[in-house]
Amino acid sequence: MGLSGIEIFKKLPKTNCGKCGVPTCLAFAMKLATGKAELDACPDLSEDVKEELGEASAPPVRTVVIGTGERAVKLGGETVLFRHEKRFENPPAFTLFLSDKMDESEISAKLTKFKETSYERVGLVLRPAMVAVKGEKDASGFMALVEKVCNDTDAALVLMNEDADALSQAAKTCSNRKPLIYAATMENVETLGNLAMELSCPLAVKGNSLEELAELSEKLIKMGVKDLILDSGARTAGKSLEDQIIIRRSALMKKFKPFGFPTIVFPCEMTDDPMKEAMIACQMVAKYGSIIVLSEIEGHSIFPLLLASMNIFTDPQRPMAVEQKIYEIGATDENSPVLITGNFSLTYFIVSGEVDASRVPSYLLIKDTEGLSVLTAWAAGKFGADTIAPFIKKCGIEEKVKHRKLVIPGYLATISGELEEELPDWEILIGPREASHLPAYLKELSA
Amino acid sequence: MTFEIPKVSYSGKIKEIPLGRGENIITVGGESCYPFHLFEGAIPHPPKIAMEVYDKEPEDWPDTALEPFADVAGDPVAWARKCVDTYGAEMIALQLASTDPNAEDTPADEAAAITKKVSDAVDVPLIVFGTSNTDKDTEVLKAVCETCEGKNLIIGPLGEGNYRAIGATAIGYKHTVMASTPIDINLAKQLNILLGNLNVPDDKIIIDPTTGALGYGLEYCYSVIERIRTAALIQEDERLQFPIIANFAKEVWKTKEVKLSEPEAPLLGDQKKRGVLMEAMTAQCVLLAGADILVMRHPEAINLVKESIQDLMIKGEG
Ligand code: B12
Ligand code: SF4
Repeated sequence: MGLSGIEIFKKLPKTNCGKCGVPTCLAFAMKLATGKAELDACPDLSEDVKEELGEASAPPVRTVVIGTGERAVKLGGETVLFRHEKRFENPPAFTLFLSDKMDESEISAKLTKFKETSYERVGLVLRPAMVAVKGEKDASGFMALVEKVCNDTDAALVLMNEDADALSQAAKTCSNRKPLIYAATMENVETLGNLAMELSCPLAVKGNSLEELAELSEKLIKMGVKDLILDSGARTAGKSLEDQIIIRRSALMKKFKPFGFPTIVFPCEMTDDPMKEAMIACQMVAKYGSIIVLSEIEGHSIFPLLLASMNIFTDPQRPMAVEQKIYEIGATDENSPVLITGNFSLTYFIVSGEVDASRVPSYLLIKDTEGLSVLTAWAAGKFGADTIAPFIKKCGIEEKVKHRKLVIPGYLATISGELEEELPDWEILIGPREASHLPAYLKELSA
Repeated sequence: MTFEIPKVSYSGKIKEIPLGRGENIITVGGESCYPFHLFEGAIPHPPKIAMEVYDKEPEDWPDTALEPFADVAGDPVAWARKCVDTYGAEMIALQLASTDPNAEDTPADEAAAITKKVSDAVDVPLIVFGTSNTDKDTEVLKAVCETCEGKNLIIGPLGEGNYRAIGATAIGYKHTVMASTPIDINLAKQLNILLGNLNVPDDKIIIDPTTGALGYGLEYCYSVIERIRTAALIQEDERLQFPIIANFAKEVWKTKEVKLSEPEAPLLGDQKKRGVLMEAMTAQCVLLAGADILVMRHPEAINLVKESIQDLMIKGEG
């Protein structure tokens, strides 16, 4: 961003001490300039230089952190419009909406769902990230609800109230949790701007149009507020898409500072139909929503949303891969079945999950397919009999089992003859096509 | 304060392709901007949804997907009628799944006869899919072209291995073709060039970039569609300026997560709603990437996506 490697180099200590991991200050400067290193890696920078360089090398959409500790949520940091250009940085935070107008049992039920909702996929934990608490009645009810939610969950919070006093009060009681204060508007911008600075909390800005949003954001930047979250006020799917695109483009293409922040969007206020709400949320996942506020967390909608977010935010350049080796699932012995697949993370986790679920202890051989799925790898010439056979001989499985039976993926049925030729000691068994049929298959096999 | 909306200047435009025939022609394509970017371009024909019909009764569908069609599942003609009459289908996508040599291996003439019956039974444009088996599709789709002469069906997939044989037949009998390549912009462009060399007219080509389901490789499809659109609209890549079809229903409804019941996986919520949303969100993603035709299965998912298209086609004020 802005500064060249040489310009950065001029500000560095020039001692070439190597503590940053590269041998010279110049090399470090070059890495910084291309976004391949973090400023913090050099321990010898003065605060002034840090700030100056930090500003210059910062991504056009500022990275904002809400909450603390393990449940802190990082948003923004984006540098591109399309995911094929470069990996999108920080996936959206799905956020449960609670209001002091709801009755206690509804609130408890929603919070319970929020807390228990968590999925493991491809080795990652996927779950809704934050809770938004809105005060719509009196200050004391709002305060009580904020306290309840604070006690109930460590998740990051959004505090929402049109009454600036009630909002300040609540923010003060839990400022150690670094909640997002929602929202500075034309009416209260100074009060809330000062509050956010006093408490070091991130602040949401809500305009009734993009123009108003830009004006407010500019004012807050001038006041010295650093961490902002933008709400353009759009409450329909179409307008929201337009605003999100314009905000992101302004930040990236025009370096327009007032829009260089993550956003907050409210599918929960755009429809009364939870299914439709989920669809709008999905739109925001693809097109630039950072905090996505939902009226409910239900498995049937949040799970696909989390999948969508995982898909959109994976690295387009490097498929996720696992290590090539023999994975022992359960208490294996010399008679346990032997299966083989490729090292695409998704494939590995799906297949190992099913093998595990079968309760039949098994050896799962993972061959390096450069992170490609079974058929993709086969089509790319990385998972045929010619490469599988040497792998089987070398990987060490022949010392681990007495039998010589190898289960291959059903989609690779066509290679079984060839593989038998290459591995004369082995009998090749064609497994099911879909991993979900593996438990039944393995039970039968080991019966 | 005033700020300027950073607009993109588009020098390219997607070709308009008329599907079906006579009074019932539906045109797709024609966009001169990114998907739903109505503030800087025109979308004369919003994306359309084709409802799936299978040539033989499906065996491996979860009940939640089969239920709306339980009364017609063994009869493709009744099934297609139901899609149009009951669910208001804009198009039908006939999946000739049973022609797969690894399945029933239904012979080409039988498949063509079924297609003819379906095409006679409905007025909406008819899309016909083989099974991506190069040789069998050649036989089947050629027979389909012949039997349904003049109906302007949309047939495919035409791949590297069979575009010549099927393409030539399709020209002869005046059908539209789906040029199919595995998630690769260069291959997609190359195939369209080859189809052009073969004299397939430009208003008879649809791009099928192939697709995976939400959670199962969708990101690759999403990005290849976005890249094709960018090349077509911004880089004026003339051989990529065709409408895009996304045939994902069969991918979605074979995943594990649409098949698990709620008692088996309580954290995944209601099984039917989950399946519907898995399909509808896959659609939502490819729509936002730039797909023009969506091949879909569940009526409730279709309704959600239709609403979504409507909502996104309303130009925001300001
Ligand atoms: C996403 C994708 C890609 C991505 C890569 C994704 C990746 N990391 O692998 C990209 C875009 C890079 C790609 C590229 C190509 N692709 Co591709 N791709 C796909 C797609 C859409 C999804 C693949 C996927 O992620 N599946 C999900 C994983 C989990 O599936 P899986 O590994 O097969 O595992 C399942 C089963 O096999 C089973 N299983 C797995 N292991 C085991 C083990 C045992 C023992 C058992 C019993 C079962 C089992 O369980 C899993 C779940 O049920 C498929 C089409 C489709 N819809 O499936 C085409 C597909 C695989 N690709 C194909 C092709 C041809 C290619 C290319 C060669 C195209 C080209 N010429 O460039 C390239 C090759 C790549 C290269 N040169 O590097 C073809 C293969 C055709 C064939 N039948 O051989 C397919 C089928 C598309 C098609 N219909 O034409 N592809
Ligand atoms: S740690 Fe700092 S001073 Fe040392 S080489 Fe790296 S950039 Fe230079």
